[in-house]
Amino acid sequence: MEREVQRVRQAFLSGRSRSLRFRLQQLEALRRMVQEREKDILAAIAADLCKSEFNAYSQEVITVLGEIDFMLENLPEWVTAKPVKKNLLTMLDEAYIQPQPLGVVLIIGAWNYPFVLTIQPLIGAIAAGNAVIIKPSELSENTAKIVAKLLPQYLDQDLYIVINGGVEETTELLKQRFDHVFYTGNTAVGKIVMEAAAKHLTPVTLELGGKSPCYVDKDCDLDIVCRRITWGKYMNCGQTCIAPDYILCEASLQSQIVWKIKETVKEFYGENIKESPDYDRIINLRHFKRILSLLEGQKIAFGGETDEATRYIAPTVLTDVDPKTKVMQEEIFGPILPIVPVKNVDEAIDFINEREKPLALYVFSHNHKLIKRMIDETSSGGVTGNDVIMHFMLNSLPFGGVGSSGMGAYHGKHSFDTFSHQRPCLLKSLKREGANKLRYPPNSQSKVDWGKFFLLKRFNKEKFGLLLLTFLGIVAAVLVKKHQAVLRRKALLIFLVVHRLRWSSKQR
Amino acid sequence: MSKKGSGGAVKNPGAEPTLGIDPFQDTLRRLREAFKSGRTRSAEFRAAQLQGLGRFLQENKQLLQDALAQDLHKSAFEADVSEIITTQNEVDYALKNLQAWMKDEPGSTNLFMKLDSVFIRKEPFGLVLIIAPWNYPVNLVLVPLVGALAAGNCVVLKPSEISQGTEKVLAEVLPQYLDQSCFAVVLGGPQETGQLLEHKFNYIFFTGSPRVGKIVMTAAAKHLTPVTLELGGKNPCYVDDNCDPQTVANRVAWFRYFNAGQTCVAPDYVLCSPEMQERLLPALQSTITRFYGDDPQSSPNLGRIINQKQFQRLRALLGCGHVAIGGQSDESDRYIAPTVLVDVQETEPVMQEEIFGPILPIVNVRSVDEAIEFINRREKPLALYAFSNSSQVVNQMLERTSSGGFAGNDGFLYVSLLSVPLGGVGHSGMGRYHGKFTFDTFSHHRTCLLAPSGLEKLKEIRYPPYTDWNQQLLRWGMGPKSCTLL
Repeated sequence: MEREVQRVRQAFLSGRSRSLRFRLQQLEALRRMVQEREKDILAAIAADLCKSEFNAYSQEVITVLGEIDFMLENLPEWVTAKPVKKNLLTMLDEAYIQPQPLGVVLIIGAWNYPFVLTIQPLIGAIAAGNAVIIKPSELSENTAKIVAKLLPQYLDQDLYIVINGGVEETTELLKQRFDHVFYTGNTAVGKIVMEAAAKHLTPVTLELGGKSPCYVDKDCDLDIVCRRITWGKYMNCGQTCIAPDYILCEASLQSQIVWKIKETVKEFYGENIKESPDYDRIINLRHFKRILSLLEGQKIAFGGETDEATRYIAPTVLTDVDPKTKVMQEEIFGPILPIVPVKNVDEAIDFINEREKPLALYVFSHNHKLIKRMIDETSSGGVTGNDVIMHFMLNSLPFGGVGSSGMGAYHGKHSFDTFSHQRPCLLKSLKREGANKLRYPPNSQSKVDWGKFFLLKRFNKEKFGLLLLTFLGIVAAVLVKKHQAVLRRKALLIFLVVHRLRWSSKQR
Repeated sequence: MSKKGSGGAVKNPGAEPTLGIDPFQDTLRRLREAFKSGRTRSAEFRAAQLQGLGRFLQENKQLLQDALAQDLHKSAFEADVSEIITTQNEVDYALKNLQAWMKDEPGSTNLFMKLDSVFIRKEPFGLVLIIAPWNYPVNLVLVPLVGALAAGNCVVLKPSEISQGTEKVLAEVLPQYLDQSCFAVVLGGPQETGQLLEHKFNYIFFTGSPRVGKIVMTAAAKHLTPVTLELGGKNPCYVDDNCDPQTVANRVAWFRYFNAGQTCVAPDYVLCSPEMQERLLPALQSTITRFYGDDPQSSPNLGRIINQKQFQRLRALLGCGHVAIGGQSDESDRYIAPTVLVDVQETEPVMQEEIFGPILPIVNVRSVDEAIEFINRREKPLALYAFSNSSQVVNQMLERTSSGGFAGNDGFLYVSLLSVPLGGVGHSGMGRYHGKFTFDTFSHHRTCLLAPSGLEKLKEIRYPPYTDWNQQLLRWGMGPKSCTLL
């Protein structure tokens, strides 16, 4: 393990991952890989999650391709240094922020969307000029294998490697030193990852989970609301970190919601859901049994059918759920939708705030004020109002959690920023040493006042200041070029004194 | 919003037998409840807090200067320029920009979501903890505070117990200017800080050494608390043959001996050729004499070492290599003369730990490449300096190394720019702040998308069952080429 990490580090130190051309080349190669080997990739995902190849494409591959294209288009601009505003003291200098790669990045993927959740962070890490070690989830075995097989065929074999394995291998891997660790998974392991990273002072991005609440107001079009919820909840058989985990609504709405969701499920998956090519399965037996146990003692409004042999659990809705029961204690990550009745939106907000901050929050209402209130009075990683999932789709916006749902964010430029060090640079010349006399000891009160003058950013705001600034610049340049040191200093000082006096009098 | 009263600081629990009682529990609970009540969210409240902080600085300037003089023998000039004015600057900047910073940031949508409203909401994290060090005890505790308050959080401050004079002012006077239901100062040493860190905070901002940084991050990991760590390291200072030694000496000396070298971004050691060293030494001597006179100990412009422990540590370093300039010390005064060491080996203690004192070792290298190699063998520093007339040399240094920040031909002037973030990388830290960056550090950026509740027809395409036609359409519509628009 240590040797592998060392090899990658040596590759990074060679410097070849840094040039823009190289990064674009690698991203293009990655794109080719996804396009040319689409069949293999889709087959692997389908095998892991018993999902149709179409679902695998629309849920994972499309996002990956979209992200690569977005990077290819914008990377040339992102890698350039960004100049920053200067104060009077630095006005003749060059000041900018230069993004630089961090070094060797570790990406630990998840099993629920095994391809995109490993490759999307990889895209950002490559774009930022890093070397990457990828550790796909061992639960999505086929995808892990295909990623390990394909990546070295298209990308630089020393800079980007795949290490497969279970808990033991991951623990060993986490003992090594990285320059950033990116983890997608659950809260418990998130803590372990951060603790391991702390030993090396390695920054982390943790994309975790939680119970994403979904508040349904009585003032809404229930038909539409239920369709959207059904789509987001049962996609990937509920195994989505931002799936609406549970519904909060007034008791009077329950039966309607149940009915409409039931109808929508029939519409989406047909009478015999098991036969629908669009309905997926639970990843493994352990999770199957876990989700099953959540049904104990619950009022099943519809659904509840299971088949252990195929790890099939029917789209299920529970009503009048008691918040203290098991199904409300952990992230469901399955096709079970509890409805917890609340008296009103106040109670809903209190309910949400009593719990850990979720990764996503959903609110359905025609009343914009209510939606605004929900947003204002709660906290979550992200929010979608009057729909579900969609805030994940915009690669111009950061996607991440807060509190126990995670820290850091990514997607698009936010990935680039996550995997870069934004380094401030100030470049002066060795000339014009005379101006520095101001700051050198021995000190005096007048020097303090001068210090104050130079540190405060005034010249942007006052028109005459700008003019005088140009003057100063020209004078300084001219004097530096033509006159003696003494004369130069005197002239500069005179101008500055005048400006300073006028500035001070303006202060009073 | 000043309040009369005891000052609101939790007394040093070491003064009373605690017997397992958690001294911080009540304070933290009070602050959490205050946050839940929503009091800190309005712009008016935040502005009032910032104005209170501004008044604290203005009305207690003398008190602060005295405290800084007591703790670090800081001259009024240094106190003003590096602590009081800088903090005042940050307060004013935050007040001026608060509304703009708090505004929801609109986001760009793709073709499919043109009808949605998309924005990033800046939210306070909740209860934040700021742990500050002793070297700039006003600046390094109050500048993070500015951002934390501006972002709408409730704040717990833990100033350093080592800078006792300043700690007293912060504990007794500062709370009177802020709303004490949302703000507290807690006191104590390493043991109490450890106890404090067992509690859950929504954000922890720590400035100090890498060693303690690890402890803080490990404690934060137990609660999944995000952190900003402003740490340190050995900041290299490369001096090229192609430069004017006197100018370089002036600039390097000023930044090295400021605050008696107790600055996290100070140039820690010089890398130069033996020839350059020959020219640099007399220039440095001349600069030091000019700055501090023939007897630096009597100069009012030179600071002192914070305490005996640090003094002893530094005095031991004087034995490394050979003393070329300075080398005197006075235990009773915690005085160490501005010193330059030569013939220093990489393995000696002075090159193994961050110096944090008025000692400048010079290490010889034969070329820029050797200097870069030397630097890259070591931990990434908080700052990196390169002096040369050749912009090519400066750029090479910049491109082939990594550090928190970089300055060519000068010292840490860039920390005075509010538009530029201050932060480390690798062992020198994670996260950054100053100006708007502090506000962003203490805010959760929450992506919000508000879809229209109607127009369901447009969404139909994403619903199963997926017929062939459906699949084709989706593939085409969401396909790669369209994705560039997305």
